[in-house]
Amino acid sequence: MVDNMVDNMVDGVPLFLAYSALICTLLSGVVSLFAVRRHPGFLHFGSFLFLFLAGVTDVIAGGWALLTDLTVTDRLALGLPWLEWHLRLDPLTGFFMVLLGTLVTATSLYGPSYTREYTQGDAPQPLPPLGVFTATFILGMQMLLLADDALVFMIFWELMSASGYFLVAYQHQHAANRHAAFLYLLLAHVGALVILLAFGVLAAFGDGLTFDQMRAAQLSPLWAMLAFAFAFLGFGTKAGMVPLHVWLPDAHPVAPSHISALMSGAMLKMGIYGIVRVSFDLIGEVHWEWGVVMLIVGTASALLGVLYALMQHDLKRLLAYHSIENIGIILMGLGMSMIFLGSGHPLLGTLALVAALYHTLNHAAFKGLLFLGAGAVLYRTHERDLERMGGLIHRMPVTAFMFLVGSVAISALPPFNGFVSEWLTFQAALQAPALDNGVLRILLPVAAAMLALTGALAAACFVKAFGIAFLGRPRTHHVAHAHEVPLGMLLGMGLLATLCLVLGVLPTPAIEAMAPITRLLVHTALPTAAAQGWLWLTPVSPQGASYSAPFVLLALVVVYGLGYLFLKRGAAPARRCYPWDCGFGQLNHRMEYTSTSFTQLIRHVFGAVWKVDEGVETTTAGGGPIPRVTGIHHHLHVQDWSWLKVYLPIGHLVLEAAKRVGFIQSGSIHTYLRYSFGTLVFLLWIVSL
Amino acid sequence: MNSLAMSSLTIAWVMAALQTLIFIAAAPLMAGWVKRLKCHMQNRAAPAVWQPYRDLAKLMRKDMVLAENASWLFRATPYIVFGATLLAAAAVPLVVVHLPTAAIADLIVLVGFFALARFFTALAALDIGTAFGGMGASREMTVAALAEPAMLMVVFTLAMTAGTTNLSTATEAVLQAGVVLRPSFLFALFALAMVAVAECGRIPVDNPATHLELTMLHEAMILEYGGRHLALIEWAAQIKLMIYAVLIVDFFFPWGIARDFNAVSLTIGVIAGTAKVMLLAMLLVVWETVLAKIRLFRAPQFLGFAFLLALLGMLTSVVLETGS
Repeated sequence: MVDNMVDNMVDGVPLFLAYSALICTLLSGVVSLFAVRRHPGFLHFGSFLFLFLAGVTDVIAGGWALLTDLTVTDRLALGLPWLEWHLRLDPLTGFFMVLLGTLVTATSLYGPSYTREYTQGDAPQPLPPLGVFTATFILGMQMLLLADDALVFMIFWELMSASGYFLVAYQHQHAANRHAAFLYLLLAHVGALVILLAFGVLAAFGDGLTFDQMRAAQLSPLWAMLAFAFAFLGFGTKAGMVPLHVWLPDAHPVAPSHISALMSGAMLKMGIYGIVRVSFDLIGEVHWEWGVVMLIVGTASALLGVLYALMQHDLKRLLAYHSIENIGIILMGLGMSMIFLGSGHPLLGTLALVAALYHTLNHAAFKGLLFLGAGAVLYRTHERDLERMGGLIHRMPVTAFMFLVGSVAISALPPFNGFVSEWLTFQAALQAPALDNGVLRILLPVAAAMLALTGALAAACFVKAFGIAFLGRPRTHHVAHAHEVPLGMLLGMGLLATLCLVLGVLPTPAIEAMAPITRLLVHTALPTAAAQGWLWLTPVSPQGASYSAPFVLLALVVVYGLGYLFLKRGAAPARRCYPWDCGFGQLNHRMEYTSTSFTQLIRHVFGAVWKVDEGVETTTAGGGPIPRVTGIHHHLHVQDWSWLKVYLPIGHLVLEAAKRVGFIQSGSIHTYLRYSFGTLVFLLWIVSL
Repeated sequence: MNSLAMSSLTIAWVMAALQTLIFIAAAPLMAGWVKRLKCHMQNRAAPAVWQPYRDLAKLMRKDMVLAENASWLFRATPYIVFGATLLAAAAVPLVVVHLPTAAIADLIVLVGFFALARFFTALAALDIGTAFGGMGASREMTVAALAEPAMLMVVFTLAMTAGTTNLSTATEAVLQAGVVLRPSFLFALFALAMVAVAECGRIPVDNPATHLELTMLHEAMILEYGGRHLALIEWAAQIKLMIYAVLIVDFFFPWGIARDFNAVSLTIGVIAGTAKVMLLAMLLVVWETVLAKIRLFRAPQFLGFAFLLALLGMLTSVVLETGS
């Protein structure tokens, strides 16, 4: 009896911690709302302090629930009197809470210095809205993870989306930002509407709004498919899958950089959370046909995302397109998981699911890091354009190192974390011979080959991003005189960089820790992942495939050590001199490769993917047989086909329809009275029937 | 029993380390052999096969000259490149099949090691800020982006047939299957050979013997390197060439490789391995002599063809061979 009580109390602790995190977040918002104007320095700091506490508490609460395989539920008598709020903390929620908490912690370290920038300069921005909407944004995510009924979920989903709008529109004096924010809001609401339909189907069959009732619902295959399709579309819009991605590359770059990190790192993951929660948990029984759709959409997102990213020279926009790529990779994992589960291979389905979830966590770490790094560059140089950067590794060495870690991780190179999850995805795809369906046996490896192409292109893209921004010679004066960012910002980046390395070098314990999630969702766990101990990752079987990241790191360190010992120690110090200039005189930054020239060959090879408008115009002056050339101008516009072929036609259609309907709006009061009268008569007639 | 298992494990690790040492020690010899054969083939006076060793030794001894704005990345890259290539060499069975080091990195990780080395080489090329570096980095990354999927398709074909991505186990599986003519392997062999040519910077994609800006890929990237840095990078390139040769041998003609640590089978393994790699080098020399370097914009077509072959190989494997 006593034991039981103690147990209950201990089990209640994570939920209590999760509530504390919520309160901290709220307090952070309140602090920024009331007091920032009077004591900007101190309370501005206080707001981020509360966010820091919220982040750390979230990590502890989520980690606790995840590691101890704990599921606790609670009801709060809030909201409408007959509709209690159902909340639940289970391993899946815990996993995403850890992810969210980590990013919140990193951004809270990074934020105080970064936002100080807004109070300075020619047009100071008010900080209270930023603080308040950051808090509500995070609060929305925390609560929707805890939600155990559709009502709470939708309320806080909307809170997250709406706060996001204000954060994107924070610097609203630029027309581009307002446009981006509007597009974001539009697609967020279309997405939310579709999610509502998904919950509608589930609630109708489950006879109630709670997730428990939805789990118990018996859906016919057709309705299950509809529910899945709605959820996939709705959550996919938030996650940024192709072709519903158009809002993402506009919205993420214009938000403040620590918010971009939260958006790309955490908000997109809420879409993934929604897909996983609804299809694997609420609907329960997945079908392989859904997996095929998801795999194809995921592959398209991954490939198109990276190809579009390659053409960008706005650093933050480039990163935003890479989010689309990585969401695609996650969807590929989820799709393969559905294919395997639906064909009766639970273990292989678990493998693919683990790969997808691991990539979700990894993407949060490295994309958060990269956005914070891009923010650091923006903070010191006020540049987002790669073509105007260069040589920052000498001016901002620590930021450069952090950004390099993120670049290596996102390019899926060993021994960092991005490699592990892509490797797991490859391993899942290689299990295709287990499938009975011949088409699927071909589809999976072909998707894997596309993933390989994606990975190689991502590496090219980050050679470009890091190489053009941080290496070479500075291309503008103010970039040449930039200096390192304050300690807080470095700490925020350092936290995520460390995470990238740890998740990359010790994948086996991390995957072991994720076992409760797969047990919850598909009732199995990978039995062999740690069969050979923590040093070895053996997802299928020890003979089948293995990878040992600690050894890889060790070998690299040993080689460096030996090289130092035998080659460098006794040698004379290196002499510095001018690089070879072909005898033409001093090299300058105009001779360097630029971001555009770096990708020229790729643009040539994959030309059909974009609408490329490129040309050279020569202006001449003076008449005569040989006019004097006064200027040569190269122009290049690369556009997204989906915007031109899908969104613009739809937009025109809506405008056209509005014009057609518009003729009934005469503006005269008599006309409107006539309409009212007509409607009234019509309704009375209906009632009398 | 336990101590016996321990001692056999120790022997295995020692053998693996020894084999890796042989691998990196023999790589310049192979490069020298290729160069010598090529000279004979083209009626030129040939250097000794030992010439690459002399070159490496000379570079190691030389004083270092760095460009004025080279960063730490530029100085660290040769070690990262060499380390990654060394790790790759450690995972590939050369003389004997059962390697504990093969478990560190399977085939996909092997591709990852090459990608890591390439990533840092390309970054180092951009570090100085010369046009050559950028040109080389841009070209190399584009060619790699096309070669890597083809390479992985080949790997997938083999892995699905062998049921594993572990190199030792896969080689063992091929050995156990005996001499079977698989159409999928035929496609994979040609695809892998084409990828190897592109990845190692050989004709017709790249020309290792030229410093002409219009034709360079790999050489353009490492133009600013000298001394021990250049030695490490050159050595890594030689090891990489040898790895691809040994990979082809392991997958398609593994017969003769030792399956235990018996002295006799090890001797046979050494002899067989040397003979096969020498034969492949001869084929490479013939290939490089009869073909001309293609235009850069044609390289995507070359690699696209390799990808197509690899895809065909995989489809053949899935449709004809593993069908249930």
